[in-house]
Amino acid sequence: MDIEQTSDTETEDSNNINLTDPVYLKELRVLMLKFATQQLRDEALAEDAVQEALIGALKNAGSFNRHSAMKTWVFAILKNKIADVLRKRQRTVEASHLLRDNEDGENLDELFNSKGFWQVDERPAAWSQPMESVKNDHFWRVFETCLSGLPENQSRLFMMREFIELDSAEICEKLSITTSNLHVMLYRARLRLRECLENHWFSEGEKP
Amino acid sequence: MMNCQQVTRLLSDAQERQLSLKERAALKVHTMMCSGCRNFGKQMSTLRKLTHEYAKGTQGEKNHEGTADNDDDRRD
Repeated sequence: MDIEQTSDTETEDSNNINLTDPVYLKELRVLMLKFATQQLRDEALAEDAVQEALIGALKNAGSFNRHSAMKTWVFAILKNKIADVLRKRQRTVEASHLLRDNEDGENLDELFNSKGFWQVDERPAAWSQPMESVKNDHFWRVFETCLSGLPENQSRLFMMREFIELDSAEICEKLSITTSNLHVMLYRARLRLRECLENHWFSEGEKP
Repeated sequence: MMNCQQVTRLLSDAQERQLSLKERAALKVHTMMCSGCRNFGKQMSTLRKLTHEYAKGTQGEKNHEGTADNDDDRRD
């Protein structure tokens, strides 16, 4: 990036740098749309939410002098928009869809033996200083890859719970699924995500 | 005694609901002896923290900005 913000006391125009950088804006929009579509399962609603979030962000664009701050802010707005839509929306009939995913969900035999104890080579290892990884770009690429490797429904529920931060009760009500159904899906998502992060990041030690 | 599959399920559920006294006791006994489940338990809260960091957008920093390291530039 050759656009540099040198001082936050400059004119508003130069503070609007993020949203006038077409390449960045385009990238950001693609990310937002992908996420909103996954959560809402409706392209038109997703478009609207993204549009509104970007407009909301534009109003405040003068307050930013860094791309990451911009991204944070825009995603925070988008998160709220999605939460609003999900809350307002009528219950959706997708329980059967989610249940099916649950039923033919992957076999846990790969992880546990017939008695339900860890397979020797699957036993979780200790992660040393895991929160140090947040500073590392490569880690976030691994994280995203692991997330996108989850089955669609697991990833959607996990993000709804942990990223949008709806609570369990809200998710169950909106999607007409039972608490135990949600919990088992979150459990599977966490099992997989944990395993993926360990295999591709934590067991290889922290990268420089 | 609970096996690892049951214990890991409870450790995940602990992120969602208050476990009963009985459940917590069973977890304690198991994790005392099982390093795999002990690690798994710690990783459950780590996963949540990491995802919150992800939501905060920490990950975009270096892609678009080479130098900044203070987080104080949002003034609203």
